[in-house]
Formats: sequence, C-alpha cells, structure tokens
Amino acid sequence: MSLHIVVCLKPVPDPDCYDQVTIDPNTKRIVRENIPMVINAVDKVALEEALQLRDAFGGKVTVVTMSLPSAKKHLLEALAMGADEGILLTDASFGGADTLATSYTLSKTIQQLGRVDLVLLGNESADGATCQVPSQLGEWLGLPHLWNVFSVEPMDERVFLLKTKYENGHKEWRGELPLVLAVSRELVKPRHISAMGIIKAKNKPIAILNKEGVNDLQEECIGLVGSPTQPGEIMIPDMSRSGERLEGSCEEMGLQILEKIRAGGIVF
Amino acid sequence: MKKIWIYVEEYQGRINKVAFELIAKAKELGDAYLEPVEIGAVLLSNNAADSIEVLELYGVTDVYVGENCRLGEYCHTTYAPVLADLIKEEDPDVFLFGATQVGSELAPTVAARVRTGLAAHCVNLRIDEGGMMVADVPAFGGKIIGEILVPTKRPQMASVKPGVFTAKECGLPQASRIHKINLCALDRVDLRLVPQGTFVANTSVKPIEDADIVLAGGYGLGSQENWQKLVELAELLGGAVGSTRPCLDEGWADSEETMIGTSGKSIRPKVYLGFGISGATHHVCGMKDANLVITVNKDQKAGIFGVSDYYAVSDVNEILPVLIELIKSNKINQYF
Repeated sequence: MSLHIVVCLKPVPDPDCYDQVTIDPNTKRIVRENIPMVINAVDKVALEEALQLRDAFGGKVTVVTMSLPSAKKHLLEALAMGADEGILLTDASFGGADTLATSYTLSKTIQQLGRVDLVLLGNESADGATCQVPSQLGEWLGLPHLWNVFSVEPMDERVFLLKTKYENGHKEWRGELPLVLAVSRELVKPRHISAMGIIKAKNKPIAILNKEGVNDLQEECIGLVGSPTQPGEIMIPDMSRSGERLEGSCEEMGLQILEKIRAGGIVF
Repeated sequence: MKKIWIYVEEYQGRINKVAFELIAKAKELGDAYLEPVEIGAVLLSNNAADSIEVLELYGVTDVYVGENCRLGEYCHTTYAPVLADLIKEEDPDVFLFGATQVGSELAPTVAARVRTGLAAHCVNLRIDEGGMMVADVPAFGGKIIGEILVPTKRPQMASVKPGVFTAKECGLPQASRIHKINLCALDRVDLRLVPQGTFVANTSVKPIEDADIVLAGGYGLGSQENWQKLVELAELLGGAVGSTRPCLDEGWADSEETMIGTSGKSIRPKVYLGFGISGATHHVCGMKDANLVITVNKDQKAGIFGVSDYYAVSDVNEILPVLIELIKSNKINQYF
C-alpha cells in the first residue's frame, strides 16, 4: 500500500509587505503589483507533512494551485522541496472566486486524480485569511475534514490519530482515510530546498489546466459567477492616534508610563 | 418576518461571550427594518435550560434548541448536519457565528452544505437601503477593509472574532419563543472521523482577551531572557502577555493563544503596553480597540507610535528592568 497525497498551495503577496498595499484612487482597486508573491507559509507546513508521510509509507505527493500562469514558479518550488507532480489551475473564468467557488474548483480537480488518500492544506492564507477553504473543500469532496490540526500520528496506513487546537486546549480524533486536513504552523517545520531538489524538479511534470481541463465542471459554480459572496467597496481604515511622546531619563519615562497605566484604570 | 440568527457556542454549560456580542449586533441590525424582526439564538447542547435563561437576559426573541446527549460537546460532524437541516427548514435571512476556533470550522462547513456565502472575521456589519447585510471584512492583515455582500443566497452568513462587538444585557429577562430543533441528522453522522475522548483543557495560559491590561512583546525584545522580564512585569501589573508572530517563531512566547493580530486574537483591554513592537498592520488590527495604548521602541520611526496614545523612544531592555524595579521598590507610590 502507498499513499497518494494532494497538497493545495496558495501563492500570496508576501505578508512582510502588506504595509505597502494601497488602493488606486481612480480605479478603486487594490494595488499590490509591487509586492512579490510567495507560497503561503503554512501551506509549506502541509507540504512538509505530506512529504514525510510519503517517505514513510511510499506513494506520491501532488501539489495543486489555482492562480495566475506566473504561479508555475511556486509549483516548481514545491517540486524542488520534494513533491512529485504539480497541477496549475489557471483560467480567467476562475477569477474572483470566493471560498465556496475556489473549494468547488479544487474539489473537481482532485476528483479527477484517481485514488486520493489524503488532502492537506494550510489552515489559513495570509492575504484573505478566511480559514474557510479547507472545510468547504472537505464538504465538496464528501470527505471527513478537520481544521487546525497540530498533530498527525498514523496508527497504520489507513487510520490516523489527529489533534486539533482550540482556544484553551485541544481535542483528539480518530480518522479513517481518505481525509481532508488543514494544518497549523506548529505541526512540523518545512525543509529548505536543496540544490539537488532544484535539479530534480526540472524533470517533474507540471500540468497546466484551464476550465476545459477539469472534468464535469459546472460553469455556474466557478469564479465570480459561482461565488455567493460578492465584493463591494474597499477602503484603508484609519487606526491612527495622537501619539504623545514621553521624555526624560529611563526612570522618568518609566514613572510616566506607570502613572498612565494607573490613570487607565489598572490597580497594582 | 426577517430572521436574524446567531450561533451560541457553549462548552460545559457555559456560553462563549462572543454569543452575547453577536446578539447585541443582531439587535442593531434588526433595528434597521421597519417591521418586527426575529432575533434567534441557535443552541446545541446536552443540557440547555440554564443557557436559555442566560440568553433571555440578552434579549433574543427566539431560541432554537437542539438538546441531545450526543450534542454535549462541539463536534462538526454532528453539529454541521443539524444546523444545515435547520437552515433549510427555517430559511433565516442572516446567521452570525463567532470566529472562534470552533466557528472557523463550523461556519464554513455549514455554509458549504447550504451553498451560501460566508464573510469571514467581519469588523463591522450593517444593513443597506435595500435591506441587505453589508459585512466589512479585513484583508492583507487588516491593511484593507472590503465590503462583502451575499446578494442572492440565504442565509447571509458572517463570522466575527470575539471582542469586536460589545455585549449589552437588557435590564429584564425577556421571555423568548423556544423551538425544538429537528435532530434527524444525528442518524446519519459520518463515522469515518470520530472524537477520541473529550476536549482537553490547557489551564496554564491566561487568556489575553479577558485581561484588563495586556503587555505585548515584539521582536525588538531580542532574547528569551528579555522576554522573561516582560513576563515578570506582567505578573507585577496583574496583566497577560501577548506576542507577535516572530516571537512565537523564536520560541520566546510559548503559545499561539498569546498572538495578537489578524491571524491571532483581537483584544480590547483597558490598557495595551507594547514593547519592541514595530507596528505591522496585522498586529495593529488586533490591538487597535484598546482603550489606552502605550508603547516603547528604540526606533524613533517605529510605526507603532502612530497608533499610540503615549510612546517612549527607548531601548526596551533598559526600560523593562526600570519598570520592574519601580514597582518592586514601591518607589512608584512615593510619587503618586
């Protein structure tokens, strides 16, 4: 027996540069072209987990992304990390998809890959951060799913013990494959790419699919048309405060800080 | 009649306070309509009586109760099918969820089952002239706020982080209509994924969203040793310690539950103290609602100063020991 694991990756604008995101006053659209794209950080955690499971049980890892044609470089990066195959879903009609339409499109793609034992994703993306795609993907696939998984322990090839995180504790689960799991950052540390990995990646297959390449895709369920949520106006919120600078020596500033804390209603 | 619903998250008979915050907002949304509106609370539990009484203190008009021994503890494999059936039977216009860890799994699962739209982590909700709900949703770490609407599908779903809205008790308890939820869905629960035992609580971490004063440390603290000084100061002030993503990555902060920001907690304490925090947007979004913001950073140009009421340009590693000493030596009380 071996495992076929699918990992969904999302290219996102580099979160370190979100302070540079602006709105074009004329078109009212978000300007982010100057920000480099990277693989969403926690998606690499999902990929690392997939690679380790494949190495333990045999099988293959397929990475899937729905993005612009330029996202091919992110698939190459994933292949260099050790994934076996890549699929890039790219079509103008996929644009504007909300989480329901995105998860639908991903589900239809995954369904045409033959036997899939496990689907792994990051628990959220840095840009939209809705946390919704993993659970909705599980629903479209008709598979059991868990969100915020921080421990994956195979009991054997078909049964996994899993732990999910809550505000002040955790819960354990027993899941039979196939499953859809959204993982959190503390699950595992993603590996660095090796020179050998980069060389090998060049010979690994990447399939580029447009909407005709996905079987049985209902047009009314994809892209902006298939999205029950629709965007309205956008704005940059003003969070500024007056900002009075405290002066003096360290001790003088310290005293002023403690004074302000007391004035703010804290008793100590 | 318009139906505006909120989901009540309950654990061991205690209602998560985000439910009360959602009720207050639901009532406000209801006020936008000229005719009377149903404010419905949806509760799944194994022992609902006490929680129903509490909900009535917050002024819901209707409570939908699913009471069953199998609903004692949240599990999306049992809860989601029950809620999806309920939505199909009752056809609510709006359904709000807390964006807690439970809500972040349950709400999208339910939305997918009924094929409707869900706006995530809303920072505000309102009703427009056409009677449609408009949700303000942060993106790019909160740098951008975008409106999200669900024009054709129902219910219009939205999730809201705890602490974003303010709960309001209504003086006298208001008797509400109680509806029993049809629990047929429990007969066809997917058994491929089952919980092992019950929720395991972690009591070692003080929840930052409940603290009156939060001391947040950033990458500028520089070391585990300095982080410990922050922890010591927090203990002296009776506060909780909050963190940023880099401090978790460095291992100084020990729990994701301490992280403040768009992908962490939104807090609104009486006082927020920031040490060595640069002021990245995704952090600021999580603390901007604090009553009083005081920050220290040695970088004169630190962005955090622009969102502070008071700030000091100083090395946090010099000022932290001074603050600790001022309190310990009782020197503070000699001044004021």
